[in-house]
Amino acid sequence: MAYDKFNVLKSSAVPLPIENVDTDQIIPARFLKATERKGFGDNLFRDWRYHPDNSPKEHFVLNNPIYQGKILVGGKNFGSGSSREHAAWAIYDYGFRCVVSSFFADIFRNNCLNIGVLPVQVSPAFLQKIFEAIEKDPKAEFTIDLPSQTITIDASSEQEEFDINPYKKENMLNGYDDIDYLLSMKDEIEDFAGGLPL
Amino acid sequence: MSERRTLFDKVWDSHVVRKIEKGPDVLFIDRHLVHEVTSPVAFLGLKNRNSKVLYPERTFATADHNTPTINQHLPVKDPLSANQLKALEENAKEYGIPYWGLGHQKNGIVHVIGPENGITLPGVTVVCGDSHTSTHGAFGAIAFGIGTSEVEMVLSTQCIMQVKPRKMRITIDGSLNKAVTPKDVALYIISQLSTSGATGYFVEYAGEVFRNMSMEGRMTVCNLSIEMGARGGMIAPDEKTFSYIKGREFTPKGEEWDKAMAYWKSLYSDADAEFDKEVVFDGSVIEPMITYGTNPGMGIGISSGIPTAESMDGGVATYRKSLEYMDFKEGDAMLGKKIDFVFLGSCTNGRIEDFRAFAEVVKGRKKADHVTAWLVPGSHRVEEAIEKEGILAILEEAGFQLREPGCSACLAMNDDKIPAGKYAVSTSNRNFEGRQGPGARTLLASPLVAAAAAVTGRVTDPRELMELETA
Ligand code: SF4
Repeated sequence: MAYDKFNVLKSSAVPLPIENVDTDQIIPARFLKATERKGFGDNLFRDWRYHPDNSPKEHFVLNNPIYQGKILVGGKNFGSGSSREHAAWAIYDYGFRCVVSSFFADIFRNNCLNIGVLPVQVSPAFLQKIFEAIEKDPKAEFTIDLPSQTITIDASSEQEEFDINPYKKENMLNGYDDIDYLLSMKDEIEDFAGGLPL
Repeated sequence: MSERRTLFDKVWDSHVVRKIEKGPDVLFIDRHLVHEVTSPVAFLGLKNRNSKVLYPERTFATADHNTPTINQHLPVKDPLSANQLKALEENAKEYGIPYWGLGHQKNGIVHVIGPENGITLPGVTVVCGDSHTSTHGAFGAIAFGIGTSEVEMVLSTQCIMQVKPRKMRITIDGSLNKAVTPKDVALYIISQLSTSGATGYFVEYAGEVFRNMSMEGRMTVCNLSIEMGARGGMIAPDEKTFSYIKGREFTPKGEEWDKAMAYWKSLYSDADAEFDKEVVFDGSVIEPMITYGTNPGMGIGISSGIPTAESMDGGVATYRKSLEYMDFKEGDAMLGKKIDFVFLGSCTNGRIEDFRAFAEVVKGRKKADHVTAWLVPGSHRVEEAIEKEGILAILEEAGFQLREPGCSACLAMNDDKIPAGKYAVSTSNRNFEGRQGPGARTLLASPLVAAAAAVTGRVTDPRELMELETA
């Protein structure tokens, strides 16, 4: 499924300074029963966001209207656990286009890149600065510049570079996905399969 | 490139269809396992692109995540679950994929039935939209979990795009103590490396401890590789591997077998092959393990106390939040804590060896009255073996009942949910908040520890019960 192109994103951010946020928290298993990719944003962080009777938990950051924006900033080892792509869908469908952390779990990072959410890994020190900037001003803006691979705290102009695989970067900039690429090399794949032992 | 290659290099490199400059490798996938939860959107994508399944014969589908574990002969009650099952059945039919749905003799948890049917073989690449696909690495396969976009890629092109992970070797020599099972070895490794300690790596397990393990035990260890962040884990195939796979339905036969053996015998890490990281542990220091927190890295020897926040590296607030969820205190002993539920099952510990271990402890004893126990075999084959070996009689005599196969309380998508606030000793793989039901509190442990808890109603060192027997 193609997604929107990603170039430069300037936005305020939602802080979630918790470590090891696993995909079971991002979207609990009981919401994985759909057969279409629809409505996952409503259940993003369901059990942290709502009481069992569906009333909102006031203290959870998504229920605090001060915090808005297209950037989600999480603690270390974000997205660990289950491979469910639904976690990335929920983040995208809720309206985030970028997740910032000092460390991402592997499968989650891949899933994000495959659906158009940019994972930006920063140093622990820079992550701290981002949290501090938001604490000082919940409306603080950040600029995520994919072409130059930088993230900037606008208020202080502090900046850090981030890594992304050049191929994935091209895809994100153009809104392409891997399936188109693979489909274009089908003959090569079939030849290859013919020579395999098993 | 150097001649000295690791096991992982050998299998990976032989599956690279194309190397993209400064990009990922296009990797050919030999076996694709599909289940009802992560596939429907992938099939929709296939339809939208007007694509077909390129190799239906390399694709296998089962129903496991969302299925009830009682009365499987009746229609599935939850309409959403029923809808997913129907979608998979229809998709399998439309695209010519073998489908082993509810009630089918080969039905079971995807990572249990792959090896049982000879789908999992040494030297192949295996993927599935489930992170515990790493299980299949026990056979010397490269196996890892993927997301739904990738499921669609593999359906339509039998390939995936991945940057080659770095390589880590975990070596454990020494002999294991009494009542220390493969699950304890894995929980020990994770407790030492943390849940992100192997992120970015593919692990090879080496050394005496893994060589001496049964295939079932190796599957348990490889299964849990993902819980330390690794893409997957693998063990070089040996005689045990070959005799396990020989004669199974999808295993090559006759001349094909001989040809395959020639390839399989080349699958080991060359002497002096280089790993990006080497980790060594001593097997003799490992105790039966149990977790006390909300990630699988928060595990300790069963006779230890819960560590204090100060003794942990970083993340004090996260650590305290986790203990608060569990309603445990720093310094508490785990032994003696009252528990409410026991879950024996999942692709981590739902194989015959696990039921044998459980039965060994409960034999001649009675289930504690206040404990609810869910004993869920990983597949119908396992269920049959439980009956045939006389284990069922032992379990029933001790007051337990056997349920029907499926993922069950491992992820609690069906009705097998641990109620909020209750404690469950579980042989599964994840103790995340709410994993086994909203508000559920999970203690991960081996089948022996689960059995000891089931009969005493408390966290109990299984050695105590086992020593009584030998005394
Ligand atoms: S038993 Fe648990 S981990 Fe294994 S396949 Fe099922 S849900 Fe996944």
